[in-house]
Amino acid sequence: MDEKILHILETVKDPEIPVLSLVDLGVITDVVVEGNNVLVKMTPTFVGCPAMNYMKSEVETALLQQGFETRVEISFEKPWSSDLISEKGKAALKKYGLAPPPSNKIFTDLEILETSNCPRCDGSNTEMKSPFGPTLCRALYYCHDCKEAFEQFKPL
Amino acid sequence: MSIALKELLYKMADDQLILGHRNSEWTGMGPLLEEDIAFSSMAQDKVGQSLALYTLLNQLGESDPDTIAFTRNANQFHNCVLVELPNQEYDFSLIRHFLFDTAEALRFEMLTRSSYEPLAQLATKIRGELRYHTLHANTWIKQLGSATPESIGRLQKSLDYAIPYALGIFEASPHEDDLIKSGVFEGEQKLKEKWMAKVESIITQTSLHLPDWNLAQPLFGGRQGKHSEHLQPLLDEMSEVFKIDPTAEW
Ligand SMILES: [Zn+2]
Repeated sequence: MDEKILHILETVKDPEIPVLSLVDLGVITDVVVEGNNVLVKMTPTFVGCPAMNYMKSEVETALLQQGFETRVEISFEKPWSSDLISEKGKAALKKYGLAPPPSNKIFTDLEILETSNCPRCDGSNTEMKSPFGPTLCRALYYCHDCKEAFEQFKPL
Repeated sequence: MSIALKELLYKMADDQLILGHRNSEWTGMGPLLEEDIAFSSMAQDKVGQSLALYTLLNQLGESDPDTIAFTRNANQFHNCVLVELPNQEYDFSLIRHFLFDTAEALRFEMLTRSSYEPLAQLATKIRGELRYHTLHANTWIKQLGSATPESIGRLQKSLDYAIPYALGIFEASPHEDDLIKSGVFEGEQKLKEKWMAKVESIITQTSLHLPDWNLAQPLFGGRQGKHSEHLQPLLDEMSEVFKIDPTAEW
């Protein structure tokens, strides 16, 4: 993908997690540049993600400000998975206090979701409270060492 | 082929939209805050998934997703009757959530192999999301289905009531053979068999019991637009928001 365009897209953040750029989140699936025209292909994290239209218009605005004619296409051709979050993105999530998602590959057996490492103490003495958190992409956990609740970015 | 495909997409999308709406009615009403959030999240997923399916219909020449979702009458909806029934007590909502979502997850799993590529792509995506719904349902069924005599009794009553409606999910389409032959969908009968096996595998881990499948009478009609008296009021309420402001984001 075009470096210059990616650099601009790095400045657009996930509205729910302001430390994570859309590039690191993995929702930008393709960028096609022809002269001054840019086609950006995006895919939602969750099909019902309420922030999708907002992210789409943020991408258009960011590229327009740099003088590019932009079209954003949303498709499921390359479906999003939490494995597409970059290492940089995972580190940012942890720093933000959200446990990064474990590999989606181990998600074939649902029991595996019962634990997650605590983003504060790194301990695994944790318990899933609910697979549904305040937003579609987060689950609720409790850390028995810190004696505090935390949220995890769900594997998908 | 396109008639059969559209019929399949309509009934799936309508199921998601209607149950999504019923789930959203738990917002602020759930027995626990966590359950409130769970049903609201699942509502958001299901309504989003219905819009994605209506978008596929739009690409096949039908009206735009909002028009399809909010301007049809009850007799033009193809959802199964199970999803339109009022929430009633939490026991019934949980049983419905378990019975329907088990079928739904299996249906989308089968559709990941659909010969209609856009549907296969969307199904791959939705299948992953639904894992959280079935995880949620299975966890609570296993817990409450083995807890106290009261919780077991209440769930059993809801299960007995819901089973004929649940079997209505699998009402055959008039285009069943077309769908199977063209590889779009492996068919309701196959889905029903997978569903019965899956439901049994969970229920046998509890103190609940299933009826004899051979004696259970399915309640059909929803797929042909024949609904209970509960659907139209729900549609009226849903479309009110749309009629006030057709451009409202939601
Ligand atoms: Zn901790």
